[in-house]
Amino acid sequence: MKFPHFPRLWLLAALLAALGMALLAPFMNPYHVAVIETAGVSIILAVSLNLVLGHTGQFSLGHAGFMGVGAFAAAAATNLLAARAGLQSGLESLHLAPWLAKQVLVAPALLAGGLVAALLGLLVGIPSLRLKGDYLAIVTLGFGEILAGELQYGQNTINKSEALREQLPWVGASSVEVPERAMLFWTLALVAITLYVCQSLVKSSFGLGLLAVRDNEVAAESCGISATRAKITAFTIGAFFAGLAGGLFAHFNGAVSPGGFRFDRSMEVVLIVILGGLGRNHAVVAAAIGVTLLSEGLRQTPKLFPTASGPLLEILQNRAFLFALLLVILMIVRPQGLFSGWRKPKLLGGSK
Amino acid sequence: MNWLQILFDGLLLGTLYALIALGYTMVYGVLRFINFAHGEVFMLAAYAGMLAGPFCVRICGGPSLAAGALMVAVSMACGAAAGMLIERVAYRPLRDRPRITALITAIGVSLLLQNLAQVCFSATPRSFPQTLPDAVWHWEALGLSTTPARVAVLCVTPVLLCGLTLLVMRTKLGLAMRAIAQNPTATALMGVSQSQVIAFTFGLGSAMAGAGGALYCFCYPNLTPAMGTMPGLKAFVAAVLGGIGSLPGAALGAVLLGVIEGVVGASPLSEHKDVVAFTVLIVMLLVRPSGLLGRSQKEKV
Repeated sequence: MKFPHFPRLWLLAALLAALGMALLAPFMNPYHVAVIETAGVSIILAVSLNLVLGHTGQFSLGHAGFMGVGAFAAAAATNLLAARAGLQSGLESLHLAPWLAKQVLVAPALLAGGLVAALLGLLVGIPSLRLKGDYLAIVTLGFGEILAGELQYGQNTINKSEALREQLPWVGASSVEVPERAMLFWTLALVAITLYVCQSLVKSSFGLGLLAVRDNEVAAESCGISATRAKITAFTIGAFFAGLAGGLFAHFNGAVSPGGFRFDRSMEVVLIVILGGLGRNHAVVAAAIGVTLLSEGLRQTPKLFPTASGPLLEILQNRAFLFALLLVILMIVRPQGLFSGWRKPKLLGGSK
Repeated sequence: MNWLQILFDGLLLGTLYALIALGYTMVYGVLRFINFAHGEVFMLAAYAGMLAGPFCVRICGGPSLAAGALMVAVSMACGAAAGMLIERVAYRPLRDRPRITALITAIGVSLLLQNLAQVCFSATPRSFPQTLPDAVWHWEALGLSTTPARVAVLCVTPVLLCGLTLLVMRTKLGLAMRAIAQNPTATALMGVSQSQVIAFTFGLGSAMAGAGGALYCFCYPNLTPAMGTMPGLKAFVAAVLGGIGSLPGAALGAVLLGVIEGVVGASPLSEHKDVVAFTVLIVMLLVRPSGLLGRSQKEKV
């Protein structure tokens, strides 16, 4: 795999900007910080799904499942690290400021979340990526639901038994303690890293292989590209970043529950990718930010229209309803995405 | 629990899945696409049955077989209307676009209807009205116990299945449906209106799902906006298991899946029975993608 000369300066600049933002965070409105973090998680999820759906053309509907696995793994890792008192004192002996120590401790937890999700992505991907189109969509949907269901089962089992909870205090990961506003740096930095990695991948020779598999699998195979390997690799990388996003979510949210990683969450990510335009990372980032702002705005509707009531208000507050409506209208009117008017649509929209 | 009871309950669940699975299979046959919103048609029809139930009871003067039948008919009509409306509004404009566009739209429609139901009926579970006589029958010799509702389901489903088979095999419309499934272009050249046949197929499949919705609620009288998702997915699994596109295959797959689920539900693995259903799907797709009764198709390059 050969990487082209992608402007690494951009990555450096973005990381510095993330650091600057994080230093400013204590002076910012906590609500605004939370919105930025939510948008960041959406961006990571959408860009990683775009690698699978947009660039490789594999319709995965289970992205939220990997996010959930990452969230629980990262939360468990943080709780495990917190349970190791020696680690804390070791860090103190390094004369790190406590806030910095906590920031540093988040990194291995996030990485653990990503790796566990990637491992599961590999395990799920090997059998299911042999299927195509509708079947793949259903199977990934099924796996996503299974992952969420098994997380729920695990949580129930641990919560039910006193002995298990004492033995495995770090697994009872329904809540994670992380200092307020500490996650802004990691969110922004991981957004930059995700974009950098995914963009570099797509521009590399490996990425060209992905595009070839998307456009014509048989032709790609005849040029010596192993379609199965390309798909599985893309799927695993996508799952890794979804796991990272899950870890971020768990940490800034402070608590995780399996119910948050079900089908509707996956659909939200699919909507963002399609809204932006399949295979167009920059547009997808814009769509992720737009959707986050829109849904935050919808949450504020009762404040904006205090007199509104009844079914209209309920519809306005039901984000999933509006998003689904948007998705259906978009598919009928503008299947190539909002931001790609000037280019001929490749995957969707063109006639058969 | 005795194994006969487990088999009986599994068979019951299987017949319910069969009613939903037929819609998937028929739509796949004519359009080559999976109507994700099928489970939502099932849910909407169940709600329609819930709303119509008290009226049916009043018309027939108390819970009786006639009241139940009337309610199932109302559910079927509402299901058919919903299915045809979905087809007209969402799928028809996309007919000659790539299949993935239709698939995404179908998922969108499914979410849309589910949340529409949530806005209209709220997310709190509603209970289904009692339209059939309330009783429990014990069959001492075999150790079976059952209710009139369950017996009704077991009797009605085969009748509906036979009616559907007759319709597809013996009528002109059925012939047109099968012709479109085989070769849409040639069928169009013979002067068959594709739009009409597709609309009819959607109506027929959705009426079956509608009947399934009402009958399902006879046995499990709890309505929520999300109630269609899992039965819908399971029915899809059943349709694939039997060979998608094949009507007897869908019925066979559904009964098999229902029995498998009944057996798993009675075993220590009961909390993982959804996992088992999807595992069945994946294994089937990997081992024999054409299903038990489906014909395999060679892919042309």
